[in-house]
Amino acid sequence: MPKQIARKHLLEKSRLNEAALESSLANLMSQKGVDYGDLYFQESRFESWSLEDEIVKSGHFGIKKGVGVRAVSGEKTGFAYSDEISQDAINASIKTVKAISRQGQQQKTKVFVAGSLPLHLYDYIDPVDSLSAAEKIRLLENVDAEARRLDARVSQVMVGLAGVRDVVLVAASDGTLAYDVRPLVRLSVSVIVEVNDRREQGSAGGGARVGYGYFLENERGLEYAREAVRQAIVKLDAVDAPAGSMPVVLGPGWPGVLLHEAIGHGLEGDFNRKGSSAFSGRIGEKVASSDCTVVDDGTLANRRGSLNIDDEGTPTQNTVLIENGILKGYMQDKLNARLMGVESTGNARRESYSHLPMPRMTNTYMLAGKYAPEEIIKSVEKGLYAVNFGGGQVDITSGKFVFSASEAYLIENGKITRPVRGATLIGNGPEVLTKVSMVGNDMKLDDGVGTCGKEGQSIPVGVGQPTLRVDELTVGGTSA
Amino acid sequence: MTKNTKNKFLTSNAELIHCVELANKLAKKNGASSAEARLSVDTGISVSVRNGSIETMEYHQDKGMGITVYVGQSKGSATTSDLTDKAIKETVKVATDIARFTADDECAGIAENSDLAWEYPDLDLYHPWKISAEEATDLALECENSALKFDKRIINSEGASVSNHESFHVYGNSHGFLGSYPSSSQSLSCSVIAKSKDVMQRDYWYTATRDPAMMEAAKSVGKKAAKRTIERLDSQKIPTGKSAVIFSPEMASGLISHFINAIRGGNLYRKSSFLLNTLGEKVFPEWMHIHEQPHIIGSIGSAPYDNEGVKTRSHNIVKDGILESYVLDSYSAKKLDMKTTGNAGGVHNLIVEPGSSSFKKLLKNMDKGLVVTELMGQGVNIVTGDYSRGAAGFWVENGKIQYPVAEITIASNLKDMYRRIVEVGNDVDKRRNTRTPSILIEEMTIAGD
Repeated sequence: MPKQIARKHLLEKSRLNEAALESSLANLMSQKGVDYGDLYFQESRFESWSLEDEIVKSGHFGIKKGVGVRAVSGEKTGFAYSDEISQDAINASIKTVKAISRQGQQQKTKVFVAGSLPLHLYDYIDPVDSLSAAEKIRLLENVDAEARRLDARVSQVMVGLAGVRDVVLVAASDGTLAYDVRPLVRLSVSVIVEVNDRREQGSAGGGARVGYGYFLENERGLEYAREAVRQAIVKLDAVDAPAGSMPVVLGPGWPGVLLHEAIGHGLEGDFNRKGSSAFSGRIGEKVASSDCTVVDDGTLANRRGSLNIDDEGTPTQNTVLIENGILKGYMQDKLNARLMGVESTGNARRESYSHLPMPRMTNTYMLAGKYAPEEIIKSVEKGLYAVNFGGGQVDITSGKFVFSASEAYLIENGKITRPVRGATLIGNGPEVLTKVSMVGNDMKLDDGVGTCGKEGQSIPVGVGQPTLRVDELTVGGTSA
Repeated sequence: MTKNTKNKFLTSNAELIHCVELANKLAKKNGASSAEARLSVDTGISVSVRNGSIETMEYHQDKGMGITVYVGQSKGSATTSDLTDKAIKETVKVATDIARFTADDECAGIAENSDLAWEYPDLDLYHPWKISAEEATDLALECENSALKFDKRIINSEGASVSNHESFHVYGNSHGFLGSYPSSSQSLSCSVIAKSKDVMQRDYWYTATRDPAMMEAAKSVGKKAAKRTIERLDSQKIPTGKSAVIFSPEMASGLISHFINAIRGGNLYRKSSFLLNTLGEKVFPEWMHIHEQPHIIGSIGSAPYDNEGVKTRSHNIVKDGILESYVLDSYSAKKLDMKTTGNAGGVHNLIVEPGSSSFKKLLKNMDKGLVVTELMGQGVNIVTGDYSRGAAGFWVENGKIQYPVAEITIASNLKDMYRRIVEVGNDVDKRRNTRTPSILIEEMTIAGD
């Protein structure tokens, strides 16, 4: 159970217990004007292995452990941390962060309350120990061999395997005492194919909150190799991408990065509390076509973006962001929820104990619609069909967002014709979903490799969507 | 820096050096053929204010050591933030165990003895900033205030931040090399929001230094942030087509970073670069020169030795437009049958030699085209050189800025972009490790309406 594992790794070794946490919080809250405080304990045990030139060249292992202490007073936050878990270190941090507040009411610490039955979205395992070193190496070698076997034009294969187990404990002045044990694994494959002097790259991969055995089931690891090779080979025949505004059909799954960039970030509570988002003050307004319903759901079993509790100890939930085109709500952590007079939606996340939490996404996706994907493609006379993407970025204030297609095709007279070179797509967040005219019935989540960056903090997330038709999006090719 | 944090490192420098020596000693004892360890500690504070009051005050203290062990020609590595002798012993053991499973790699190993920086210069990178949390807050407030009052269209703020850090770095390997030096860094940044016709825009400005005496004044940082934000208001999309493009110094720095990435050893031996086998060939116009100058006193990018203890040295990378040197560490050098260029961990103070034209003159010389001041997304393919990114900036006609532009992309191939550089300005951005002036490119494809 997470409670036992967390107590063992984070408290017992340092001769700490719940009573000590309670008195530490009482100490923190004794400062006038501090109205919330929390302690975040974390131990991260991580490893990675990498293969290139047909051999496993390197392996890496590390442990990162520490405790972060936060004091909140109105809109002010004081934060300090230590990579040593001990009462002395906690006391020193408390003394430092208390200074954030000098005046105001003294608030009481609530006694820890047992929360509702916690979610149990993944097994409390340590993936690092889920296969032997020899088995991990064999897995990497098999993935490499599969990629090379498929096509003689494959000239380089790189395979990476990574696993981490995070053990966390959150104790807060509002009575929260929560534990979690979070496994996460990832396998990625990148290949270079070469014909004469033309080279192209393809990459694929996947991951989840499971053990490494996941990559052996249904030849999943080998499937990633096949997918990477397929993508690279397709690109060998790619012609210049078109430039300009045109209808774009987005494939299912990972292209959901559109939602993450175009609307997800803009609906995070901090930006809306501050009024800096293009979506600020727009709850209840129509921001998408009626066919669009978008949620952020941290409660999907084993998904990369899922969590039993967020990093403030609040259980994650399925939050409706847009329902039938109407903006319904923002994603909140405790600080921003309190300042906006709403409840936390379980979206507080932090990269580690040495970073402050803020409202972040979990798994963000659009629900399925009624159209068959073939119908959607057939509806386009001249446009782009984009099925694979690299990353994206958004300016939440102006609403402008981009995402980069790595595999895309021309649609001509309702038919997919030729592959085109990679191109960036750019649009305006509050507008783009109003231009979605067809939503497919093929909702799919991504394969579990997404990482989101915000204010220098990286966290694992998921995205998903069905096939979509966007009537107008700017495609950044070279063929004007 | 405040009454609550000690103005010194968590542990004495001698103790940190001991940790690195111990790691290498233990590795040898465990049967490693060679080993290296890198340690750094960092303490600091960052204060951010927003709309006239404190928003966050963060105290940082990080330490960590990475140990790499070679058993025969096999490599294993491990990291620890616990620097007790016991933890170091366990970390070395874990790295050694990993090396027993990884494969023999004939190029693996630490740098050659003769390449190491047995003597290295003091580059004057440590200028601690004696500033209290209160003073830092006041400075941030002064900065933000000058931005907020700049123009009444500035309606909101993302705040201003001050950060102050001190670090100590130790590197040692089993040749007996041991290097260490302290460094400091300070920064002040500001970002504000302006509104016109119901559309908001934001922009920012910052100063970043190793010596607080060199920082740009708070008022000036705030003013520039505000001016840049106001200039973006009422932006338009422009029609799809081809045109000349000027990259502002901040954006040009990224453009040159892609070039460095393409001539980096790792991408060359993996054949993952559009600049394979171009050593000695013309990549840029014949009047262009790019060099690395790692020993500039007190500079942000300076380093006395690289990440594996190898001497860093000034050298030409591009001379008369010709690629004269790749960017290599020991491993990629061996893979390519070449010598390391002292670039394990990257380049240090990369300098694109400026031209004679001011930015204004450059606009005049372009006459008509786009100035890019912001780029978005990761649409750069180093394998093929294909380039397609979201952009914002200004439209220029008759040699003058006409109006701001947004929601467009610019696209081309890096190989062509480098070849078709027409001119570079004299307006170098000295805050960065890659110091470049504005760069004017003959033609790119713009996608808009």
